[in-house]
Amino acid sequence: MQSETKSRVDQTTSPAGLPVTVLRFEGDIASTSKDAVLGTYQGLPKNSVKTVLLDFTKVDYINSSGIALVIQLLMEATNAGQKVVAFGLSAHFVKVFTMVGITKYAGLFPGQTEAMAAL
Amino acid sequence: MSERKTTNVEVRLPSRMGFEKVAMSTAQAVAKLMGFPEDRIEDLKTAVAEACINAIEHGNRLNEKLSVGVVLAAGEDSLEVKVIDDGKGMHTQPAKPDIDRKMHGEEDARGMGMFLIQALVDEAEWVAGTGGKSSYVRLVIRLDKDA
Repeated sequence: MQSETKSRVDQTTSPAGLPVTVLRFEGDIASTSKDAVLGTYQGLPKNSVKTVLLDFTKVDYINSSGIALVIQLLMEATNAGQKVVAFGLSAHFVKVFTMVGITKYAGLFPGQTEAMAAL
Repeated sequence: MSERKTTNVEVRLPSRMGFEKVAMSTAQAVAKLMGFPEDRIEDLKTAVAEACINAIEHGNRLNEKLSVGVVLAAGEDSLEVKVIDDGKGMHTQPAKPDIDRKMHGEEDARGMGMFLIQALVDEAEWVAGTGGKSSYVRLVIRLDKDA
């Protein structure tokens, strides 16, 4: 009954001209989202990806299991020496992500433009 | 002395992940009728979702023969939500998640539900049922937080 999490990967360039990988999520992020969240991230070429943007603009619902998947992604990215920023969360989920401490490891921004400007 | 009037709404959910959304929508609708601001409604929805997920997954162990009861009591200035399952109940207070430990693999990335519940509502109480039945968590949000 969970809305399936859809994910896709886009490539773009930062204002400084550096390659940026954008992971875009859509639907719900819950315990059933492991393949869409972690699987998609783990499919990226680790050696060449230095900066990852997480796009939550089209995410309707995130529960604590979904937040745990985001934390696991952050952990793997940090271990790989990658920078991660996120954008598109509602004000409520910015608050929730801040409560659990994610902002210590990933900046949160309103939109892609603001996220890219912070790189 | 006049009695405070409460209006009750009850929902019964199957113990299947995803059905917490029914409780979330119901809580949202009742809170909106009561005049809660949007940000408090979002807080309540997340807290209700986490409470229902705990009831489905841990209380009722995903046994679809069991159901999760959600009882909403709308008072004059507060909304109480009880989420009831057939588990043994929680006997420990929720610990604040330690993001550093999680990021270093020293703490399970999961397990933040109870913390979020307590952080997002004005009152949260876990009550163990007798004989391993009818345990519940009681959540309260108040229209006037100083009340």
